[in-house]
Amino acid sequence: MLFAMIRAGMRDDALRSNTPWICVSCYHCVVRCPQDVHIADVMYTLKSMAIRAKLYQDSTAPDFSQTFVHMVETYGRSFEFGLATRHYLRHFPLKIPGMAGMGIGMLKKERMHLRPTKIAGMDQLSAILARAKALELTA
Amino acid sequence: MTSAQEDGNGRRLDHRPRIGVYVCHCGSNIAGTVDVAELRTWAEQRLRHRGVVVARDYKFMCSSLGQELIAKDIKEHRLERVVVAACSPHLHEMTFRKACTQAGLNPFLCELASIREHVSWVHTDRTAATDKARAVIAGAVERVARNEPLEPMHVPVHPATLVVGGGIAGIQAALEIADAGYPVYLVERDPSIGGHMAQFDKTFPTLDCAACILTPRMVSAGTHDNITLLTWSEVEKVDGYVGNFAVTVRKKPRYIDTALCTGCGICQEKCPKKVIDEVYESGLAYRKAVYTPFPQAVPKYPVIDARNCTYFLKGKCRACEKFCPTGAIDFEQAEERITLEVGSIILATGYDLFDPRRVTQYGFGRLANVFSSLEFERMTNSAGPTNGEIVLRDGKTRPETVGIIHCVGSRDRNFNNYCSAICCMQSLKFAHLVKERTEATVYNFYIDMRTPAKAYDEFYQRVLEEGTLFVRGKVAEVTETARLPRETGRLVIQVEDTLAGKQRRIAVDMVVLSAALEPRHDSADVAKRFGISCSHDGWFIEKHPKLDPVSTMTEGIFIAGCATGPKDIPATVAQGAAAAARVLGHIQQGQIELEPIRASVIEERCSGCRICNDLCPFGAITFVDERMLTEINPVLCQGCGTCIAACPAGAITGTGYSNDQILAQIDGLLLRALDVPDSEPTLV
Amino acid sequence: MSGYLLYPGCSMETSAVAYHDSLAAVADLLGLELREIDDWNCCGATEYLGINLIPAYALIARNLALAARQANGSRTVVAPCSACYLNLSKANHYMRERPILGERVNEALAAGGLHYDPGSVHIRHLLDVLINDIGLERVRDRVSRPLAGLRVAPYLGCMVPRPDYEKRWSDHEHPDELDRLLEALGAEVIDFPLKTHCCGGHMTQISPETAYELIRRLLQAADQYQADMIATVCPMCQLNLDAYQSAANQHFHTDYSIPVVFFTQLMGLAFGLDAEAAGFGRELVSARDALDRIGLPRQAPEEGEGATRQRRPRKPEGLPMPTVPGREGKG
Repeated sequence: MLFAMIRAGMRDDALRSNTPWICVSCYHCVVRCPQDVHIADVMYTLKSMAIRAKLYQDSTAPDFSQTFVHMVETYGRSFEFGLATRHYLRHFPLKIPGMAGMGIGMLKKERMHLRPTKIAGMDQLSAILARAKALELTA
Repeated sequence: MTSAQEDGNGRRLDHRPRIGVYVCHCGSNIAGTVDVAELRTWAEQRLRHRGVVVARDYKFMCSSLGQELIAKDIKEHRLERVVVAACSPHLHEMTFRKACTQAGLNPFLCELASIREHVSWVHTDRTAATDKARAVIAGAVERVARNEPLEPMHVPVHPATLVVGGGIAGIQAALEIADAGYPVYLVERDPSIGGHMAQFDKTFPTLDCAACILTPRMVSAGTHDNITLLTWSEVEKVDGYVGNFAVTVRKKPRYIDTALCTGCGICQEKCPKKVIDEVYESGLAYRKAVYTPFPQAVPKYPVIDARNCTYFLKGKCRACEKFCPTGAIDFEQAEERITLEVGSIILATGYDLFDPRRVTQYGFGRLANVFSSLEFERMTNSAGPTNGEIVLRDGKTRPETVGIIHCVGSRDRNFNNYCSAICCMQSLKFAHLVKERTEATVYNFYIDMRTPAKAYDEFYQRVLEEGTLFVRGKVAEVTETARLPRETGRLVIQVEDTLAGKQRRIAVDMVVLSAALEPRHDSADVAKRFGISCSHDGWFIEKHPKLDPVSTMTEGIFIAGCATGPKDIPATVAQGAAAAARVLGHIQQGQIELEPIRASVIEERCSGCRICNDLCPFGAITFVDERMLTEINPVLCQGCGTCIAACPAGAITGTGYSNDQILAQIDGLLLRALDVPDSEPTLV
Repeated sequence: MSGYLLYPGCSMETSAVAYHDSLAAVADLLGLELREIDDWNCCGATEYLGINLIPAYALIARNLALAARQANGSRTVVAPCSACYLNLSKANHYMRERPILGERVNEALAAGGLHYDPGSVHIRHLLDVLINDIGLERVRDRVSRPLAGLRVAPYLGCMVPRPDYEKRWSDHEHPDELDRLLEALGAEVIDFPLKTHCCGGHMTQISPETAYELIRRLLQAADQYQADMIATVCPMCQLNLDAYQSAANQHFHTDYSIPVVFFTQLMGLAFGLDAEAAGFGRELVSARDALDRIGLPRQAPEEGEGATRQRRPRKPEGLPMPTVPGREGKG
């Protein structure tokens, strides 16, 4: 249906669709598509277009991605604890008590850290990303 | 002839022949981009000293009036050469050659200059295009001046025909030729003729029983006075050329003396060795090591499968020999090679089924109750392994729900990009058969419904009315993993119902995969053996996809049936008949006309180096030891030019494509020949 | 064939530390030399590509550039984490296939004084290297404690066998690489039909119900086939199936208790390491009970769909299954 909308030029409807946000990038579609359409890449593109046009209906997924990316742009590595707390506070505050068990379990097994790790070349990475973003707008 | 006139390049310049140049407008196809009137004037004036005595332009040279124009000029202006600047020679070379012939001019003294495909259709700049057209015409003028009149060759046609492949296409072709009174050799690599059609139960859309309509033909072919059946045989080598082929056929040993065998079948009964029949039964049933593939086999003689026979493997058993009432078993039988002389060959070798194991998400080969289309055909066949009962892999349970999946391996860039033409109808047929024989619910999963021929769509309507449920969506997966309680123990088909706009999981007991039709796995080898072409996919290539579907680029060899591409039975039969008609045409004429564009050896120059000997893709070059010279068989030669280019002594020349002609054409293209001063006496 | 560059990925140091520890131990025992890329950064997982294209690829490409620079003889980067593997491979592939992308990314990299020629390093997955470079013979030789008695469900997840830019895997839906490795360790490998089905990835954070269903079906299938544990190659899969197992149980009122471990941990055990050295103890659904089964005789599983890979009945009963072409059927 999503592809039919795109072909019909129904831009806003397509960008408002929830489908790309449920995509888990399992790439089943890519290997199975009889027309060799790289569907997963189309989904990624729709997501970024939807963010730019601010046309998504549910902000949970875009917010999560943006929070994740924020962590990476700050530390050069992902920071699960920070990501989870910020995300849950924003979107699932009532679930926090329910997740506490798992969170504590992960901390106890040292599978999650309370503090982020930062890479040494953070300046370098920031410079690269800044340039990349500028290029993106002209792409 | 004695004149020593030379042009600027030191080549002899005999009298310039009288040349007529005709520039075609082709409506606006040429005239829209090229200034045709200007070309005509230019040819008339600027090429006068090169031999042009008349130049004309006309809207459609290929029309009757256009041709008459040429014919009239040939007579009135005593033309000795004709140049037609128009479309590609592929289209109208024949037309203009015939026009010349009818006016009394040798057809090979007519040249086509392509100013459409080579000029007006590929350029947009009018000036540049017209300039280029001038060069092209000048080239043709220079060349045609050096053309020699040629006569087509005639070769006799042997009245016998070889048909390779004993399926319905081959049988049809063989019967038609035989009925017309000419001998046919029908070679089939399996023990019996019949092909894939013999495996089916019913045929769409009429639901005729396949065997019932096929076996009478098989019997006719088997008993026809004019047909020599060579089953359990393969063509090993093809020598010769159109009208005169020498084909070596290898008759594989049956280990049965057909002179003594009565076809009683006791050997099969007594044979202790059972193997899975991968060919006729599609792997769904067993046969013995000595077997006839099915009861109505033609011929009735069984064969011993040496790869599985206990005697051949271990030296023991020989039960068949003990029980055979006529002593027809002959373990010492050797393969035989015979050479057949035929004038024409028809290839009707059929198709192989796509291996659905390749689509791993459908589970064929892993999940017991997923069946391929041919397996299902065998199942529904009343003489098949389940006597026509539709049951699960355990051989006894009846399915309550059956899912039939279209397009498995077809229309899929991961496997085969094409549509297999028959599987929609086949899937509908399957649906009908399940409905007819069981109480099961039937689902058909399709992308598009392809029902193009007579009574096909009506059949679809009928199946709809019978209550089969259709889901428009390509099946994503067939899985045994249940997600809901109602799915436990069953197969689940996951599909997006695109018309309902929903994902669905449909629990079924049995899945049938309508698999694609593919070329035979060895089609490339077979093509090579016969000297014809095979497409990238593996289908045999016809001379012209629309206008000449049963000929090949190799004279004398024809193709018919699914060997050229997927098609249904009516189309297959039509092609078999068409190929037969072409062959009969050749036989009737008694001889075939061949284009005289050939390579030939200038004996004085041949040093016997033999570089050219192995180069010929058509096997036309032979070395004559006694004379230490190479010879080219003009009938086999297709005029490809490879040997001409390879000869270091320039001892091979091509009629119609001599070095002189080609170099002259180049001169013309470069407009160099125009630099010859006008004062040279060039006209007679 | 011993030196490789290692791209660990963020999870190896956090949620998948068991993978890290067991990999280090196993690599040591196999003589597999893995040198970490200096100062590598996060690959962006599946998040960045949904926001921006060039920055996403530039983020990945920094690692590729660093690896290329660090080469010293080895031009192969091994990535144990599925998403990292996919991202590195994807960037490597697309920067070459799409020259404009390649140019833009290199322009971005230049701002950091880096450059990457696509294709200068090869990206391989850890499992690929173990099977094809080390070879199962060597793995088998190292096994001192065969995992007999342990029924393992091989779970590859989605991003390793697909989309397979380098064409390394035997199949996109039912590849047998992990099966063969586990068999080499002596374990009883079940024919797990969902072996490449998605665990839900980050859906646990977006739409938990969706993710729980994906997790549930994997657990249910493993349970249906009477697996003692699930062996996985991906940190995300392990996290989802392990850490969220109780949440999924709660949601669906089920009570699955199937330990989910990394295949390197099983390798460590088979090679004679004790459980702790092989990274056990970090999983939230304890593997202790399952590990106790090793070496114990096991009763034959019930017939039915949960049965082992039996393709053909011993005597011809029912219709034969499709056979491999070329092999004449043996009844």
